[in-house]
Amino acid sequence: MSRLTDTNSYEGYIQELAKTTELLMEKIEQGKTNEISELIDSIKETRDRGLYLEVGKLTRALHDAISAFHIDAYLDDSDKKDMSTISDATDRLGYVMNLTDKAANRTMDMVEASLPIAQGIGCDTSKLKKDWERLGKREISYEEFGELYKEMGTFLEANEARVKDLQQNLTNILMAQDYQDLTGQVIKRVVTLVQDVEGSLVTLVKLAGNIEEVGGLEVESVKHSSKPAQEEIGIFPTKNDEFVSGQDDVDDLLSSLGF
Amino acid sequence: MNILVVDDFSTMRRIIKNLLRDLGFTNTEEADDGSTALPILQKGGIDFLITDWNMPKMTGIDLLKAVRADASLEGLPILMVTAEAKREQIVEAAQAGVNGYVVKPFTAAVLQEKIERIFERVEAG
Repeated sequence: MSRLTDTNSYEGYIQELAKTTELLMEKIEQGKTNEISELIDSIKETRDRGLYLEVGKLTRALHDAISAFHIDAYLDDSDKKDMSTISDATDRLGYVMNLTDKAANRTMDMVEASLPIAQGIGCDTSKLKKDWERLGKREISYEEFGELYKEMGTFLEANEARVKDLQQNLTNILMAQDYQDLTGQVIKRVVTLVQDVEGSLVTLVKLAGNIEEVGGLEVESVKHSSKPAQEEIGIFPTKNDEFVSGQDDVDDLLSSLGF
Repeated sequence: MNILVVDDFSTMRRIIKNLLRDLGFTNTEEADDGSTALPILQKGGIDFLITDWNMPKMTGIDLLKAVRADASLEGLPILMVTAEAKREQIVEAAQAGVNGYVVKPFTAAVLQEKIERIFERVEAG
């Protein structure tokens, strides 16, 4: 990010104004009308020059800010690869939305798949419990006992598979929470970008304030701040050759290094 | 087998710890960046290190370099689990002596495969 602070010329303008005004006072005292008129023209000229200078600086600062964030107002679909930093940030936030959406759906899918399994275990347990209690009270016949024994065997066997499915679903729910780490990092980068944009805007406002001051208007004071832009990070899916596109790419790269 | 999991996001530490438990590794410790991990490692008793790259204070790559520079820890197996996907970063980690590199987001199967592979290599000497 380029620094946008340079008030040397503005100070120069003020000094020149002070010098000319001093000379003007001298000539008034001496009563030199022609020279007084020339000096008034010179002051006006100095003021105009100061104004043009500040407008020029503001224009340059705007240009720098636009270059720093690669803003391209004429971006069309065919130029997507040259996206502006702002468009890139928008895409990053879109990526966050997609990830959180996918994670929420994945979690809900797993919960929905697990609920009937838990309900099935509950229903079968209740039914067996009743028969089990009757068995305890010796209220069932020999044939019913044979039936209960078979049912118990089926129940235990089914539960083994059900518990395995539940464990798998719970692990998948756990894995779906990895979005928090990834989205957190993307959001941190976008926050930094917003801070950089804010810093540049404050500088522009300050330069615009100089113009207002030269023009004789009231200026509100603003605090200047500017932070360096953040580097690209690798967690955003990209076709850039600098980045690997997945674990297979990592494995290939490591293999080429003798791993 | 004592495994130290280093990541600044507690969610990711939890995910990795749970996956390790499923794989039969129940003794795990946690640290939220390299500067808190290093004293735990230097204290001794850690057999395997799983670390993120991008963390505040001390990054994973600095932790990796610090471990390799420490005579008592230089043989410690290290798996990097990170979102950093720049080729030059992977090469840098490899040159610094990492034993495995997993990019986020990852699957349970990938983590298991990389851990097992590292153990196979360590056992083979």
